[in-house]
Amino acid sequence: MNNLKRILGGLTIAICFSLLATSAIAAKKSLTLGMVLEPPHLDPTAGAAAAIDEVVYANIFEGLTRIDRWGVVRPALAKIWKVSDDKKTYTFQLRKGVKFHDGSGFDADDVLFSLNRARGKSSTNAQKTLFKPIVKVVKKGKYTVAVTLNHVTGSFLFNMGWGDAVMVDPASAASNKSKPVGTGPFQFNRWVKGDRIEMVKNSNYWGKPVKLKKAIIKIIPDPAAATAALLAGDIDAFANFPAPEALSHLEADPRLHVAVGNTEGETILSTNNQRGPFKKLKVRQALAYAIDRQAIVDGAMFGFGKPIGTHFAPHHLAYVDLTKKFAYNPQKAKKLLAEAGYPNGFKAVIKLPPPSYARRGGEIVASQLRKVGIQLEIIPVEWAQWLDQVFKKRDYDLTIVSHTEPMDIGIYARKDYYFAYESPKFQALMDELNATVDREARFAIMGEAQRLISDDCVNGYLFQLAKLGVWNKNIRGLWENSPIQANDLTEAYWVK
Amino acid sequence: MAKRFSEIFRHGLKNRSFVIGGLITLLFFLIALLSYIWTPHAVEDLSIVNKLRLPDSTYWLGTDHFGRDIFSMLIVGARNSVIVAFVAIGIGAGIGVPLGLTAAARKGWVDEVIMRFNDFTFAFPAIISAIMITAILGPGAINSIIAIGIFNIPVFARVSRGAALSIWKRDFILAARSAGKGSFKISLEHVLPNIFSMLIVQTTIQFALGILAEAGLSYLGLGTQPPAPSWGKMLNEAQTMLYLAPQLAIYPGVAIALTVLGLNLFGDGLRDVLDPKLRRNR
Amino acid sequence: MSVFFAKRVTALVITLMLTTVVIFLVLEILPGDPASLMLGISAEADTLAALRTELGLDRPVLVRYSSWVLDLLQGNLGTSLTYDVPVSELIVERIAISLPLALMAIILSTVIAIPMGIIAASNHNRPLDFFVMSFSQLGIAIPNFWFALLLIILFSIVLRWVPAGGFAGWDAGVGPALRSLILPTIALALPQAAILARVTRSSLLDVLKEDFIRTAHAKGVSQRRALWSHALRNALIPVVTIMGLQFSFLLAGAIIIENVFYLPGLGRLIFQAVAQRDLIVVKNLVLILAATVILINFVVDVLYALIDPRLRGGENG
Repeated sequence: MNNLKRILGGLTIAICFSLLATSAIAAKKSLTLGMVLEPPHLDPTAGAAAAIDEVVYANIFEGLTRIDRWGVVRPALAKIWKVSDDKKTYTFQLRKGVKFHDGSGFDADDVLFSLNRARGKSSTNAQKTLFKPIVKVVKKGKYTVAVTLNHVTGSFLFNMGWGDAVMVDPASAASNKSKPVGTGPFQFNRWVKGDRIEMVKNSNYWGKPVKLKKAIIKIIPDPAAATAALLAGDIDAFANFPAPEALSHLEADPRLHVAVGNTEGETILSTNNQRGPFKKLKVRQALAYAIDRQAIVDGAMFGFGKPIGTHFAPHHLAYVDLTKKFAYNPQKAKKLLAEAGYPNGFKAVIKLPPPSYARRGGEIVASQLRKVGIQLEIIPVEWAQWLDQVFKKRDYDLTIVSHTEPMDIGIYARKDYYFAYESPKFQALMDELNATVDREARFAIMGEAQRLISDDCVNGYLFQLAKLGVWNKNIRGLWENSPIQANDLTEAYWVK
Repeated sequence: MAKRFSEIFRHGLKNRSFVIGGLITLLFFLIALLSYIWTPHAVEDLSIVNKLRLPDSTYWLGTDHFGRDIFSMLIVGARNSVIVAFVAIGIGAGIGVPLGLTAAARKGWVDEVIMRFNDFTFAFPAIISAIMITAILGPGAINSIIAIGIFNIPVFARVSRGAALSIWKRDFILAARSAGKGSFKISLEHVLPNIFSMLIVQTTIQFALGILAEAGLSYLGLGTQPPAPSWGKMLNEAQTMLYLAPQLAIYPGVAIALTVLGLNLFGDGLRDVLDPKLRRNR
Repeated sequence: MSVFFAKRVTALVITLMLTTVVIFLVLEILPGDPASLMLGISAEADTLAALRTELGLDRPVLVRYSSWVLDLLQGNLGTSLTYDVPVSELIVERIAISLPLALMAIILSTVIAIPMGIIAASNHNRPLDFFVMSFSQLGIAIPNFWFALLLIILFSIVLRWVPAGGFAGWDAGVGPALRSLILPTIALALPQAAILARVTRSSLLDVLKEDFIRTAHAKGVSQRRALWSHALRNALIPVVTIMGLQFSFLLAGAIIIENVFYLPGLGRLIFQAVAQRDLIVVKNLVLILAATVILINFVVDVLYALIDPRLRGGENG
């Protein structure tokens, strides 16, 4: 009997050890990253959802250029490039020996295919404007491509680094939505819907091999679940942690590291400039004076986030600080409303998408507006409804959303965008910007643009979304800032 | 009638459940009423600088993550719970009781149809109907009222049918029938008054369940919407603050549990008092 | 007997049909355009129209209804709009969490409730009885999601014994997976146990008063033996019935508890599918769940009637 006990005991210990050991070894080469939103599919050239890029950008797909963690344009599939004297033609020298994950080679034909597919009539690319300046794409050799633009576009190389401009293979392009085939250092393994997406190391990668053998992206929609998962060790990292209220608790945990960085997300109180009272400038000005930005940052984001006065990221060199222009002044707001013909305020509807910056921020904004007489009805909506009702059908008065595309002040020039702002002056500024290449000149124009949309009070400018990164102390190489929508895992590794 | 009331009251005072439950229930309704006239602080006042304070002389139970006074929110939440439960029960009883009485009076295929309808509605717990209704109409207190109301219909139908059936067997009903009275009149004049006390008891119990259901729906985000406070929603928000301020999760839960307990006890006591024959093994 | 059975089966079929009709009606007018979500914001109008045709949103109502029912009968539950995966696959994945949870909850609640009911009944009107009754009252009054929060505060935040939510996945090992299910099981089981204990107690007490028990006493059988051999068996009948009916409440409870603990089970699936306007998942899943409840009630009814012939022709609805 004693012997039996010993054997059983020993077996149990052995099993426990081996389980422990395997998990320990696995942890060193495998990284589980948490994400809040699940992408609708995995083709970054066929959808607008940031979540798609957050899975595949730099990991599975690559473009001619890429944006690195500092927001700087770097060569990717294009080794070097030459710009013509009239600055309208870019000649790219492509890398040799690059293979797609299905084995087919990468060459100029793929570049032609990808670019023409993106800018074609039947293209479902969400950022067609990136490709609009392109007049023709010409193959100059097996590994040389010349792209000609119809006007000088200062940001062209940056634009080609976006996820919407990645290179795809004609043979696999149609099925990229469910089985993405790219040239990146990670290869798509499988997608368990509603749960996770798995990638493995691409052993045939053309460039510097990644240190991880496996990367798992786990979908965790609830902020509190994200906290629980991090604390339980179910996930190793969360690049955009959705629960700022739990951050201090996580920071106190010896196993975790908290890295607060920047994103390109301008969180704004989008205003339907064509609806009712909001048509009047005085009303929009009143709105600006009625908002206490710091209170919103403190209440909704627990202090994480920098107030902004216009649609531009404060960490950018070209940023103009306009937060004092319409500093919190409820008295002035009431006066302006009375002057605009609303001495007793008015009623309006605010539709809020799921993120807590919107739901919480919305409640705080409603309370602040109530103090100046504007009664808001709060309607929470899911992303599908938000896209449908607010973004497409313009059926809203106010909403709160974060625009996370880099350098997207250009949306104010779009005709028929969802906040219905039409300013020929602004459109002229954007045209000028596109045609300007000199840095100082560009900065000056950007400054003018920021001032214009601030003066016109197009939207309520709230704050810049902070990137709240939380990960295991033993992980290195994850991005601290988000200059582009991505979870670049190419430089991530475990120290132990 | 008044004589009956005082008689019930006297008997009730001797019953422990009746007294304790009654007191708690009374307190609950009084507080809900009070919210219309006075709350220590206005619940729409968000004051971020005062967020997450511990109880002190200004904020008797402290504040939440928006700086709102928790005590005031509990009071207004009581009011919202009462309204939702009340209207939902009204719907449930208003439709369910006539259905049950009809089923008992008519028997035959009418009875069968109504019982099938009952079976089918039982398969849809309030949560599921609320989810479906919300999907169509969007979240809101009205939808939770409809969902809870719908689920109460078969309960009242079943209870009133069962009770009515046993009344129908009684002699005085047979007498009325042979005197030529129609079943509708009989149901109204003879059956209903006799099952009234059982219905009252059932209403009390369903009221308690209604409060639980409303809290559950608001917790899921399907019920009362911001900025109106609701106990269930307070618990949902407290869950996000569990690491910063776990005490936020205590107060609304105590409020719900206490109210439901009080109502259940009162219902039990009432049952004992109103119809000793119904007294099972207490 | 066969008449009764035939009647019940007909009733079952009618109820199921009625359920499909209502679900179809209710969800037909679901607003929101699934096509927009799939293609994203820059989709062209004709691409959306094409998708709508593919999804069959343009056919007449009766045709859509009958093709849906026919598909169901063949076991085809359609394909999820958001995940592009057969709904049956989704259900199988999620059931891997919901079913163990439900089973563990039923077992736990039974293991707690029946002994408590017995103890209460055999100690009628003494302190132990009072204790059990109080437990029962509390269990009914406490909302299960609040109880879950209290459990989380104690066992996850303060004691750090178990995670505060989420599901590690069966891939991570049976141990970690079960760890994630401990608190949810307790949160689901205890309120059910409270109700069950009460029912057990009262039905036992009822039976104990019955004539045949007194007869047994007269014959000299000790109170204890009477309790166990006669009373218990008869008292278990209503208890078993209640357990079957509990399924409906277990379902409702599971939806809430799965949300409290962020468990990727069937309850959460419904919730998320509605949020995403995934018509197909919602329709079929609600039907499956409702049908399960109806079927279980049917089985319980039949079993009950088989055990107790007195109830066959009776007034039980």
